[in-house]
Amino acid sequence: MPVMKPARDVGIVGYGSYVPRYRLPATEVARVWTDGTGGAPIKEKAVPGLDEDTLTIALEAARNALARARIDPQDIGAVWVGSESHPYAVKPTGTIIAEAIGASPHTEAADWQFACKAGTETIQAGIGFVAGGMAKYVLGIGADTAQGRPGDALEYTAAAGGAAFIIGPAEESLAVFEATYSYVTDTPDFWRRQYAHYPSHGQRFTGEPAYFHHVTSAGQHLMQELGRTAKDFEYVVLHQPNAKFPQRAARMLGFEKEQWATGLLSPVVGNTYAGASLLGLTAVLDVAKPGDRILCVSFGSGAGSDAFAIKVTGAITERRSLAPTTQTYIDRRVEIDYATYARYRQKLQMK
Amino acid sequence: MSVEISRHWRLNPQRYRLVGEECPRCGGKIFPPRDVCPYCADNEPQPSFKFSGRGEVFSYTTVHNAPEGYEDQAPYTVALVKLEEGPLVTAQLTDVSSGEVEIGMPVEMVTRKIRVQGDEGLIIYGYKFRPQLQAA
Ligand SMILES: [Zn+2]
Repeated sequence: MPVMKPARDVGIVGYGSYVPRYRLPATEVARVWTDGTGGAPIKEKAVPGLDEDTLTIALEAARNALARARIDPQDIGAVWVGSESHPYAVKPTGTIIAEAIGASPHTEAADWQFACKAGTETIQAGIGFVAGGMAKYVLGIGADTAQGRPGDALEYTAAAGGAAFIIGPAEESLAVFEATYSYVTDTPDFWRRQYAHYPSHGQRFTGEPAYFHHVTSAGQHLMQELGRTAKDFEYVVLHQPNAKFPQRAARMLGFEKEQWATGLLSPVVGNTYAGASLLGLTAVLDVAKPGDRILCVSFGSGAGSDAFAIKVTGAITERRSLAPTTQTYIDRRVEIDYATYARYRQKLQMK
Repeated sequence: MSVEISRHWRLNPQRYRLVGEECPRCGGKIFPPRDVCPYCADNEPQPSFKFSGRGEVFSYTTVHNAPEGYEDQAPYTVALVKLEEGPLVTAQLTDVSSGEVEIGMPVEMVTRKIRVQGDEGLIIYGYKFRPQLQAA
């Protein structure tokens, strides 16, 4: 199967991120649920404040992307938000974002879902939309405020954060898409039914047949079709549900630690679901040099992976300083205990 | 649309984007938008003006007994923020603990949940202010 290459060169005109300031250390989850025993999958995770949700996270990321893109928001032809925690079951997040950044009313807007892959889908579709001349720019966002069932393994990692990208013509871009590829199968590794508050997971399916199979298949195929190997890339960013999985998958793809360290944020931010691989990509763009190549692969349960081969352009140097770096948000850290966390995540029923 | 819903809808530009007005006679920047210029009493129609969102804390108070619809967030700090273009705006501060707030603290506008109309109503988003982040 050939990879997807747009008929016209398309790239990233602006990018932005957001991570809430509260951090719940994994030791706090362990203290409450396992009496402090057992290993933790990450060091700590980002927790949203009482007045934050997927929309407010997506919006700040979008404003940062717009600041770096320096474009007229009225030229944005589509506002797409990928998430599994949209604030409303029915009422789009995209229209509120479009209105708040001044892109409405002459624009397309929609919400996307595919577990943790929903964010990269908006980017992939945006590449096609821009290349086909349907829009001058597309705003694609991945953001989540994921919740795990109290005491479940997911509670250590289910975190909040997001990233936004403005896709546009290559001539205006700070990084260009060389090609993209998507790999999907019907795999029952993780799901949540319509009215269920917390997700369920098929233990047996989460690792090997789901995450590793899709991430490495997508990454491997894209590199092969481009005639490249891991050595041709300065950076690799993979979906990061914990600290271990992405490092192991990166090694399976032939990468070394110095290629994945910059974009591996899960140890200090947690799993930001639809935001995860994209947030890692923003951290890489914050430091990458013109000419650097980046391989980015997402993963969504259900299951599938989107892979992107990206090449950084000279425009990166002046544009990245126009908004706060992802590290700025990570450093803005306020540690909370489990009781505060339970209040912030509304795990206490007050009625 | 109910009166309540249409009122929220009309306020979107000022609540989401801090869009106010600029007086055509004296050039004063006005927020929130109104019929008569507070600086020169001019009542000509005023073109809209988008504020930068940056300002500083002019005065503040901590709210412990929150009004209905805001109880979940108490205690919180409400400030009079002096926008860099001039006007004073009353808004909640966020991402700050009450001990950190001081007069003159540089703040910037962010969009957050202002209140939620019960389990089935609308989620109202609008401006709050937080300590200014440094760009890279
Ligand atoms: Zn006037």
